[in-house]
Amino acid sequence: MQRKFLNLFIQAGVAGAVAFVSWTLFQNTQANLEARNIASGFDFMSVESGLPINDSLLPYEPSDTYGYAFFIGVLNTLYVSLLGIFAATAIGVLIGCARVSSNWLVSRLAAVYVEILRNVPLLLTLFFTYVVVLASLPHPRASLNPFTGIFINNRGFYLPAPVPYAGFWCVTAAVLLSFLMIFIISRVSKRKRDETGKGLPTLMIGASLLVAVPSLTWILSAPVVDFEFAVLKGFNFRGGLVLRPEFSALMIGLVLYTAAFIAENVRSGIQSVNKGQVEAAKALGVKSSLTMRRIILPQALRVSIPATTNDYTSLVKNSSLAVAIGYPDMVSVGGTIIGQNDQAIEIIGLWMAVYLAINLVVSAIMNWLNAKVQVVER
Amino acid sequence: MQKPAAREKFKPLASEPAPIGLIGPIGWVRANLFNGWFNSFLTIICVAFLGVIIPPFCSWMFFDAVWFGDSETCRAASGACWTFIGHKLQVFLIGPYPTSEIWRPAAAAVLLAALILATTLRLGNKYFLVILWLLYPCAAYFLINGGWFLPRVDQSRWGGLMLSIGLALVGILVSVPLGILLALGRRSRIIAVKSLCVGIIEPIRGVPLITILFMASVMMPLFLPEHLQINNMLRVQIGIILFSSAYMAEVVRGGLQAVPRGQIEAATALGLNYWKMNYLVVIPQALRNVLPSLIGRCIALFKDTSLVIIVGLLDFLGAAKAAAQDSNWLGYDAEAYVFCALIYWVICFGMSRYGRSIEARTTVHH
Repeated sequence: MQRKFLNLFIQAGVAGAVAFVSWTLFQNTQANLEARNIASGFDFMSVESGLPINDSLLPYEPSDTYGYAFFIGVLNTLYVSLLGIFAATAIGVLIGCARVSSNWLVSRLAAVYVEILRNVPLLLTLFFTYVVVLASLPHPRASLNPFTGIFINNRGFYLPAPVPYAGFWCVTAAVLLSFLMIFIISRVSKRKRDETGKGLPTLMIGASLLVAVPSLTWILSAPVVDFEFAVLKGFNFRGGLVLRPEFSALMIGLVLYTAAFIAENVRSGIQSVNKGQVEAAKALGVKSSLTMRRIILPQALRVSIPATTNDYTSLVKNSSLAVAIGYPDMVSVGGTIIGQNDQAIEIIGLWMAVYLAINLVVSAIMNWLNAKVQVVER
Repeated sequence: MQKPAAREKFKPLASEPAPIGLIGPIGWVRANLFNGWFNSFLTIICVAFLGVIIPPFCSWMFFDAVWFGDSETCRAASGACWTFIGHKLQVFLIGPYPTSEIWRPAAAAVLLAALILATTLRLGNKYFLVILWLLYPCAAYFLINGGWFLPRVDQSRWGGLMLSIGLALVGILVSVPLGILLALGRRSRIIAVKSLCVGIIEPIRGVPLITILFMASVMMPLFLPEHLQINNMLRVQIGIILFSSAYMAEVVRGGLQAVPRGQIEAATALGLNYWKMNYLVVIPQALRNVLPSLIGRCIALFKDTSLVIIVGLLDFLGAAKAAAQDSNWLGYDAEAYVFCALIYWVICFGMSRYGRSIEARTTVHH
């Protein structure tokens, strides 16, 4: 009885304190906003912004509204995060495998990479990439030209821009179709293997499908894609696909940094698999490729995936460092808006909402994946 | 039948040394670098890569570098200009702190070094050391800030490595206990406490530190009444503490979950109240469980202090950036950042090594 009363008392106390603090903060904010002549609310979103944004995925003019400018920033954040997650995973898995390689030199080099990148702030890596590495590239007239149509200089990476024809979409559809067919075949093969103990040669069928169907479509729907090359005009290149230094520096920094963390997850995952498992597989005569795919990987993923989920969400959050090198992501654009009209509360609220939403989606996907690889225990 | 006169005694052959290819350096190279065609291929690629990278790097870093002299000597040389670091060392270490008062941060640094040494060598009683660690920030604050008989130094003149270490140290010392409280609160059966803690932890963990720093720097003045405004550095420090506490809380919560229920039940059966049970039984075990992640968070916090440059504080990285923009020493960004990276690396790597050593020491083998 006494305990119940105490419990209730604490509940009421906490709720009261929270209410009081919020009310005081609200009062203060009202008074401060009034004293500084700052209008609250989201009306400013439909006002013409006048912000220049260099990197945008959609057509953008400074005469567009603040709302649209912020939206361009959100798109850039999403774009960098998504690309970064894929690239960091690819490099991280590679380095992680190198870390457990039986080749001494390879595993040492991977360890050096991981230890350097993990123990230096990301912002420093970004500055170094942006200010030292990319800025030391030659100026446009002396561009590096490693392959036809690719120019590298201190204004950015210039790649040929693909110009798709109708056939391009046919080929895309063909690729998707062959993936669907592979999925169906692997299902059939699994059922057959469960029943008879011998499946279909899925890998061979899949590979030949993936090569044959799209290339046949390519040949049939002849003009598929054309490339528009960048051309040197005056002091700079025009046309083509441009990766500006801000974008490249952000991607390089984010990807290399996150890859070091993912590599550690991969390593600890692989090392967590009991040695006896591999020996048992060998004793049963399982091929080494199959051992990797069916025995090591499923158990290693169980350890690696939760940690990697965290690294993905921190990659998304770290993309906000774009503001330090001037890539127009959500934080960078929002920060400029705050500087222009002092709408700090609204912008910071929007930032939080968008990051929370992105991270919820990432966590949901990764939790789904995690649930798939976990052992089902009775 | 003839009997052998004297049975010859069995004599084994003298044992041969192992083949030259299996032992010694050659054996090691064959086993670790050239086992199989794929590994041989990788080794060759790596050696080629190192061959391309290392010579120019070494000549830039060491052989062609300028270690003494001034900016004139640097402009003539093709290597790194380390004398630039020497000339700018004060900016790197303490930022724009007044030169006349330089002994004060130096004294604080010596105290810190002594404290670190005493802790790593485990000199003295451990409770005594904890108290010293808690007293240290106050002493350092007094030394650096001034007051009483020391002239005051405005906080806008604090900077460099001093500021980074200060922000990280106070951040760690405050956010660990705060994180423990939040973690306990999150596991509380009192719903109001639990939802308050979840309501603090989850939103903070969901957003980047930059937004928290912007909030501390831009939004906090709006929340506080006119007569209670605090300076930017303190606001940023509060932001860092809040951010770090949320992460610490999650780490500690993982440790709390790993403490077997029987421990809590036994403590309750012995008649310990809530706080005694947590302090004497649950938290020591929980912290031991998560020591590696806790150290990891401390390292992350130290690295994260570099972000304060974005809200206008001149920390170590900011000082490096500023030093590289001096018109007498233009174009030595690479040196500034390499030096900065080296110091960050030494501190972070040292922390992780120390963490591993206490982890090995405190592991209980059942």
